[in-house]
Amino acid sequence: MTTSLEVQGLGYELPGKGKRETGKGRLLVQDVSFTVDAGETLVLLGRSGSGKTTTLKLINRLLEPTAGEVRIAGERARDVPPTRLRRRIGYVIQEVGLFPHFTVARNVGLVPRLEGWEPARVAARVRELLAVVGLDPDTHAPRHPHQLSGGQRQRVGVARALAADPPLLLLDEPFGALDPITRVELQREFQALQRRLGQAMVFVTHDVREGLMLGTRMGLMQHGKLVFLGTPQEFRESEHPEVQAFMAAA
Amino acid sequence: MNLWGFYVRNSAEVLGLVGQHLSLVASSTAIAIVVGVPGGIVLTRRPAWRGPVLGLANVFQTIPSLALFGFLIPLPFIGGIGATTAIVALVVYALLPIVRNTYTGIAGVDPAVREAGRGMGMTDWQLLTQVELPLALGVILAGVRVATVVSVGTATIAAAIGAGGLGVYIFRGVAVVDDTLILAGALPAALMALAADALFGLAERRFAWRAE
Repeated sequence: MTTSLEVQGLGYELPGKGKRETGKGRLLVQDVSFTVDAGETLVLLGRSGSGKTTTLKLINRLLEPTAGEVRIAGERARDVPPTRLRRRIGYVIQEVGLFPHFTVARNVGLVPRLEGWEPARVAARVRELLAVVGLDPDTHAPRHPHQLSGGQRQRVGVARALAADPPLLLLDEPFGALDPITRVELQREFQALQRRLGQAMVFVTHDVREGLMLGTRMGLMQHGKLVFLGTPQEFRESEHPEVQAFMAAA
Repeated sequence: MNLWGFYVRNSAEVLGLVGQHLSLVASSTAIAIVVGVPGGIVLTRRPAWRGPVLGLANVFQTIPSLALFGFLIPLPFIGGIGATTAIVALVVYALLPIVRNTYTGIAGVDPAVREAGRGMGMTDWQLLTQVELPLALGVILAGVRVATVVSVGTATIAAAIGAGGLGVYIFRGVAVVDDTLILAGALPAALMALAADALFGLAERRFAWRAE
């Protein structure tokens, strides 16, 4: 197995002027280390404000790490221009963030177009991906995002993230805003997708059940630190108080 | 004297003044767009400048137009008597709605859309031209619409500093207390404002993206 993502001693300190908060809370992420291999899904669990989302943004450099190092497929992230780096990392967020003035097809084809693919190749890839996420290309490709349901929109969001076949996928509570029935539906389909695709994934959630269902490994964050890292089995059996607090909530 | 008769007898002069008026409005609005849209974009990239710049534009907006024309006359290069001075003053008035609406339009783009765009690896330029400006276009056009309509009215005062335009009839009519003369200038100016409003309203509906 190849190591798709290596995170070493990652840290992020708010660039604030130092006068507002004293010490506490200024270090949003502190000394986080993990690796994710191809075909693995690392679930990052944690309460709101524990630093999960910040960690994701440090990986694709939407935020610049103030400490530590990120390597993607062996290459140091900070040596790659951010825009090029991000085109090789799929990114899915809770609010989806589809471009409302683009059709579904143009949304999904965004990264391939940025990468200069031939239009015919982009079109073929778009059709393929819409089918992968369970949308009929003929009916959905020409629509606009506002004509879709929330679940369909997030399917498009996933398709867009997969478009250029990135070796790494970052997902930030992708199903968090969906109704419970649609959420379970998408979780199941996502599970099937994981097996088919074999990408490395980092999946942020605060839902333990979702985490245990989709994660091949579990990471738990608290106050900006990774306080637990292990298999779902180890997670269930852990005696760490924060893990137990989460298990009690499941 | 009846208005229609006046127009018939003075048709050449009327057309000349309408032309002058149009060119004052068109050139000042064009300059205000060329300066104001990039200006509004810069404000979205430099949030710290927003307060001072919009504040300054607001202050200019509060200067009575006749006074502003007067202030500009003694200035070198941009001042003096004539169309240049008038255009400078009209640009000053047109800038605020255009800068403000460009800023508001872009700032109003859903943050999730912007984050997704950046997260997909778009450059700032790609994000601006493919996402932010198209989504803000309706709001920007609304600003241009307001600027143009205001300019048509303000440009009548330009006659006071020798820039011509339909204000010539209005000032002349006021001086000799002749309602028909005032109307001869005011009516085409009002029609021009309505036409500009309708035209830009149409452009807004035609070009601006909206989610029905």
